[in-house]
Amino acid sequence: MKSNASKLLPTAVIAAAIGAAVTAIVMSPSEQVAEKTTASTAEKTANVTAPVNNSSTTLENVKSKGFIQCGVSTGVPGFSNADDKGNWSGIDVDACRAVASAIFGDPQKVKFTPLSAKERFTALQSGEIDILARNTTWTYTRDASLGLDFTAVNFYDGQGFMVRKSLGVKSALDLAGTTVCTEQGTTTELNMADFFRKNNMTYVPVVVQKADEALAAYDSGRCDVYTTDKSGLAAHRTKLADPSAHVILPETISKEPLGPVVRHGDNQWKDIVTWSMFVQVNAEEMGITSKNVAKTKSETNDPAIKRLLGVDSDLGAQLSLPADWAYNIIANVGNYGEVFERNVGPSTPVDLPRGLNALWTEAGGIMYAPPVR
Amino acid sequence: MSDNTTPSNNSFLNDAGNRALIFQILLLAIVVFAGYYLFSNLQANLDNRGISTGFSFFNEPAGFPILIHLIEYTEADTYGRAFVVALINTFVISLLGIILATIIGVIMGLARLSKNWLVARLATVYIETLRNIPLLLQMFFWYFAVLAALPAPRDSYEFADFLLNKRGIYSPNPIAQDGFGLVIFGFILSIVASISLIVWAKKRQTRTGLWFPAYWSSLGLIVGITFIFLAIAGFPIEFDLPQKSRFNVTGGMVLPPEFVAVLVALSTYTGAFIAEIVRAGILSVNWGQTEAARSLGLRDNMTQRLIVLPQALRVIIPPLTSQYLNLAKNSSLGAAIAYPELVAVVMGTTLNQTGQAIETIGLCMLVYGSLSLSISVFMNWYNKKMSLIER
Repeated sequence: MKSNASKLLPTAVIAAAIGAAVTAIVMSPSEQVAEKTTASTAEKTANVTAPVNNSSTTLENVKSKGFIQCGVSTGVPGFSNADDKGNWSGIDVDACRAVASAIFGDPQKVKFTPLSAKERFTALQSGEIDILARNTTWTYTRDASLGLDFTAVNFYDGQGFMVRKSLGVKSALDLAGTTVCTEQGTTTELNMADFFRKNNMTYVPVVVQKADEALAAYDSGRCDVYTTDKSGLAAHRTKLADPSAHVILPETISKEPLGPVVRHGDNQWKDIVTWSMFVQVNAEEMGITSKNVAKTKSETNDPAIKRLLGVDSDLGAQLSLPADWAYNIIANVGNYGEVFERNVGPSTPVDLPRGLNALWTEAGGIMYAPPVR
Repeated sequence: MSDNTTPSNNSFLNDAGNRALIFQILLLAIVVFAGYYLFSNLQANLDNRGISTGFSFFNEPAGFPILIHLIEYTEADTYGRAFVVALINTFVISLLGIILATIIGVIMGLARLSKNWLVARLATVYIETLRNIPLLLQMFFWYFAVLAALPAPRDSYEFADFLLNKRGIYSPNPIAQDGFGLVIFGFILSIVASISLIVWAKKRQTRTGLWFPAYWSSLGLIVGITFIFLAIAGFPIEFDLPQKSRFNVTGGMVLPPEFVAVLVALSTYTGAFIAEIVRAGILSVNWGQTEAARSLGLRDNMTQRLIVLPQALRVIIPPLTSQYLNLAKNSSLGAAIAYPELVAVVMGTTLNQTGQAIETIGLCMLVYGSLSLSISVFMNWYNKKMSLIER
């Protein structure tokens, strides 16, 4: 009998451990209960297609814990980067700060979780974070099969290549036979393969787990080429031993619309994140900045601006937000142009041109937001 | 009734065996129920979230490249094939690591016991240093520090037709020509001859007590016969030599720095632990055994080989098994420095491109589980074979 027990027990422990691990990957404990109730109510009332306004929306969870849990990168200057005091800044960080302003009126009510490229989706799916704002490319598969929803584009990007100036390469089409370093688990990996295959060029891929180590491998000479989104190249170049010795090639080999991501199925939360972004773009178009927003609110006669800032109407109520939600976003975080200039504009080390990310009303720009009405 | 020695009656519950059985069944029921609950919960949640499940993605084209593939692999191949490529990479690095770590461990373990002061101290320094530095750090050291010291491809170090630079170690690639089949035939013949020789030598020794150096002779036989057949066939091998090109070196065979760094880090780190196990094993054999062997007139190397080592192995093998398991599992750290093993390809790229977290992580757990179990089973078998046979 004793020998039987010792045989059975490990099986039990292993089975339980695997089960627990799998559940932990998919759900945090508090949500397991919540989701369970949703499932059972859905079973009782047949043909319920989507769980609308069930007992625990992301907004309510966020309100009850008092902050937003925001997934960011482990450090891309200009997008999400922590200084030596642990203060985060960047375009993606500001996307989360804007949502916090809309809900709480306070941009500081955000906690950040640094994630590597391969950890990010699991963290969002499992409910570890509420928003994933981590230079993530909007693709069909990610939108359709990962249980995620993309909200809005906060940066139009494209993949490029960086090489040493001393190599004398002028175009990406001269890269046949090179060794290419990149980070693991990104669309970059696939685009790179497509590009070299399309142009019948051979290459040696070196795919490193984390961006910093991929960059270190490039810097040490393991690779001739470093590839990622062009914004990322500009950001990472500032970290190299001698940034001026490296050049970003002119070709852009892919479309990389980057933006915040939320879990699929909570439409209200998705709308809040989407419109926090759209408000910033609309504000820039209307000429409202963080500096003049207070004055504009009291003086303006423009009905569109009045509507946006909640002067004589309360659009916020439709998303269970305060009436001055848009005002708070602009006052605390600024309009899209301010966010861009502050984080990646020409006055910063990243030094990116506005390019595609200029407003649609400017030459070359495609940044466009639906009207607030 | 207070008499404990005889059962009061034949009550079902009073029987220890029956009670144990009931608890077993209860436990099993709880486990099955918990498993079912977790599984159905998982299914419901996945459905709610609109996350697709299943292994159908295995037949879709992967679209990403893999640096080291020992079987044919291109971006157009499937995720399933990428998985096999990664699996082979994990097996290869684990197997080579285990072999190298054992060699390093035995040499360093013996060196630490050496009567030569310098040799013993050097071994001590090696063991104590490497055991106390995290393995990941050592991998980074071997990868980045060594890369930084090597020249760019255009300024490669050259020895004969071998090249050494930041991109790896390049050697001539032998390509078999017509008539190579004859050489393979010769090689097989030489192995058959060696086995017969060893069997004959053993029989003769049992019969007459005369000793014949069968193993060294077999080595000579294998090299000799193969070479003769090579000559008969007219050396049907051509070498593809590595050539420096504009960016890289083309042609030849290459050992990428990722592979070298992971292998060196794994084998030197685990080797340090094995060295201590070997030392403990040898110290566990009573000195009296050596004295007894000498008094029988055995030479020193025979004393070691026939008396000390077989007894030491009994102490060595069980902890050695743990080190082999550690090494196989630690190979997953190779992902950090771009060695494309299981964790890098399956839990890294595949998970991220398909989003199938449960499937890919479950698969990796299964592989590491079976890898560890096979090592364990093999070592237990070997342990049983080596253990003291009591008559």
